[in-house]
Amino acid sequence: MAYVHDAEHEHLHDPTAFWEKYIFSQDHKVIAIQYSLIAIGVGLIALFLSALMRMQIGFPGVLDMDSTEYYQAMTMHGMIMVIYLLTALFLGGFGNYLIPLMLGARDMVFPFVNMLSVWFYFLSVIVLLASFFVPGGPTGAGWTLYPPQAISQGTPGVEWGIILMLVSLIIFIIAATMGGLNYVTTVLQARTHGMTLMRMPLSIWGIFVATILALLAFPALFVSGIMMLFDQILGTSFFMPDMMQFGEKGEHTGGSPILFQHLFWFFGHPEVYIVALPAFGLISDIISVHARRAVFGYQMMVWAIVVIGALSFIVWAHHMYVAGMNPYFGFFFAVTTLIIAVPTAMKVYNWLFTLWKGNIHLTVPMLFALAFIMTFVAGGLTGLFLGNVVIDIPLSDTYFVVAHFHMVMGVAPVLVVFAAIYHWYPKITGRMLNDTIGKIHFWITFIGTYLIYFPMHYLGLQGMPRRYYLSENYQFIPESAYAMNEFITVVALVVGISQLLYVWNLGYSYFRGPIADANPWKACSLEWCTPDTPPKHGNWGDAMPVVHRWPYDFAVPEAELDYTLQTTPASEVPVHESDHDEVTLAEADDSAKDDGDGVPSLVQS
Amino acid sequence: MSNISEAPSEGMEGFVDDWASDKDAFKGVSWGKAMMWIFLLSDTFIFSCFLIGYLAVRTTTVIPWPNASEVFALTIAGEHVPLLLIAIMTFVLITSSGTMAMAVNCGYARKPKAAATLMIITALFGVTFVGMQVFEWSKLIEDGVRPWGNPFGAPQFGSIFFMVTGFHGFHVSIGVIYLIVVALKILRGDYEERGYEIVEITGLYWHFVDLVWVFIFAFFYLW
Repeated sequence: MAYVHDAEHEHLHDPTAFWEKYIFSQDHKVIAIQYSLIAIGVGLIALFLSALMRMQIGFPGVLDMDSTEYYQAMTMHGMIMVIYLLTALFLGGFGNYLIPLMLGARDMVFPFVNMLSVWFYFLSVIVLLASFFVPGGPTGAGWTLYPPQAISQGTPGVEWGIILMLVSLIIFIIAATMGGLNYVTTVLQARTHGMTLMRMPLSIWGIFVATILALLAFPALFVSGIMMLFDQILGTSFFMPDMMQFGEKGEHTGGSPILFQHLFWFFGHPEVYIVALPAFGLISDIISVHARRAVFGYQMMVWAIVVIGALSFIVWAHHMYVAGMNPYFGFFFAVTTLIIAVPTAMKVYNWLFTLWKGNIHLTVPMLFALAFIMTFVAGGLTGLFLGNVVIDIPLSDTYFVVAHFHMVMGVAPVLVVFAAIYHWYPKITGRMLNDTIGKIHFWITFIGTYLIYFPMHYLGLQGMPRRYYLSENYQFIPESAYAMNEFITVVALVVGISQLLYVWNLGYSYFRGPIADANPWKACSLEWCTPDTPPKHGNWGDAMPVVHRWPYDFAVPEAELDYTLQTTPASEVPVHESDHDEVTLAEADDSAKDDGDGVPSLVQS
Repeated sequence: MSNISEAPSEGMEGFVDDWASDKDAFKGVSWGKAMMWIFLLSDTFIFSCFLIGYLAVRTTTVIPWPNASEVFALTIAGEHVPLLLIAIMTFVLITSSGTMAMAVNCGYARKPKAAATLMIITALFGVTFVGMQVFEWSKLIEDGVRPWGNPFGAPQFGSIFFMVTGFHGFHVSIGVIYLIVVALKILRGDYEERGYEIVEITGLYWHFVDLVWVFIFAFFYLW
């Protein structure tokens, strides 16, 4: 009898020293919180940068930023939000916290590697933030870092900023790889008794597939980062063509800038789904719990996640329609882009069917979840516009893209972050968040999102170009655009400041919030079955949980309660596995084959 | 548990059932081995990106690419021998894969001393390979090849060559350290209870590095 047996009977080594328990901890829960706090902290910096940019766009005279400062703020805002906040928070934060708890494992399979992962992430953030303090400041190349401009004279931060940015990205990729290997291996090989793949909550499916995407997509960024670093430091010419700079021929010759774009977007498009798939998964679980109804079409949802993940690798060049590609490529990538809308739409319909005739509780997590669906649909529909070459070419360099991108990839996943933190905070801290503050935060954020980004579609259609630090005195920009920009800036500042309510709520409730019971939302999945709240080191006390059903058994006719925990045996409440195939379970005593190696390293020590 | 199926299904269905069943998707595969395979998959993408970058750079540059059999030739006793050093390097690395496979075999046969010795021999082959790479690099540098340019043709030749062989050499060096550490731990008796699967896991990495070399060899030296 494999690790379950050993885990039940061997004494866990509990660290007692402060630094072992909270600083260099190997406990997946502490690591998850470390990841989340770093990500939220660096995210607030990026939020502040966006406020600076909005001030410059709406009221150009007030801060009087020059182009250098504006581009630096824009670049750092984009890179931090996409990579250092969203990727780190969904995989490092929620992945770390939920995978072992939802699957019934004591910890990740290699806790030490997991700990290294968070410290590498921390190092990458330090290197990134250090670029604010070097001569020339951070890079202002735009978050896509396109060469040749990124490493040409005249671009802000070309001295040190770009080098620190690339080094930081490389360190981040090492961190993400170490974490990702752990998540994938844990999901594949360390589930508890009865936890079949088709009984995993959709959160885990989303995080699992997103992690695989990360492991296969980050290599492209890694390679392009190294190549650009060499172009900058060693004077190689991978991406740098012959150029005239300040009347003289540059030192580079014969490189291909388009190669960088291909490598970057081969990473960049899966990156969208690295963020979106965990969001899809988390939202499915939250909707199901708060609508008291099983996720509609669970198997379809799983396959949609897998298909979206696979398709995301063959759509990358829809970011490059204006790069001068062969039109036949444009045709191919437009087709694959529109195909990916099919499984995505399936997911949206399934969320709606889950809500249909559900007993909807408008709790704070549910409000954010519903807001996500609306925002995601609004942002996704404009994606259909931009996926088509002929529509993309005129709209590509306008605020229409900014609006689309921020609705679908910026705000929508952030709404999921809020929903998920409001949902799982009681498990993480043992206390409830303040409901009133939560609702105020929700309405400001939700309405603000639409007031900010809907007008941007209009600005884009008017031809307002993006990435301009100053848009005065252009004939083609109508007067109304300036008024609209002022309006957007005011709303953006209000929404930005209101996020402090949320931060305050997190901090205040940690000390003063009402004590949460073990399962405050009456959910079915495994993480709510821990013996302690918050779960202690090793998660499950003396006995590993045994899973008898899928995580969505709400309103089973034979059951007394409207929810049936995954650990409830079939002898008490019948299992209706009609909508997923019968699966072979490992018998309790046939596990001698993975004896020894199946022992979690937690127990080995 | 009530829903354990009586007889395991066969064929494709059995495969799917096994895969989707509880606890582990790959039956009897330890965590370390699964993780190494997944890491190698990720690393494959890194090397693929390097090689695709190389192909793209080579096809887009306007200056002719240097002739590999001239650049990588040695002159021994007045004879011009193309690709001699590379042939020896490849031979050394392939041989090291052979000794590695023997080490894995000894590990499973519970002969820790033999396994550790063979791993040390493998590491020595690895060191030899890296040493010859150092020789090759210094000869090229002597001939004027630099990351930013060379006298033979397109400047990208030097850039991509040093980058990719350097990255591979780095992998071999890491592998040498990994082999020596594991061999010493074996000799110390760390794996007496748990078994010697670690030898196979180390071997997976080593064979992968070897396989990558075959591609580098084909793309850089034979084309």
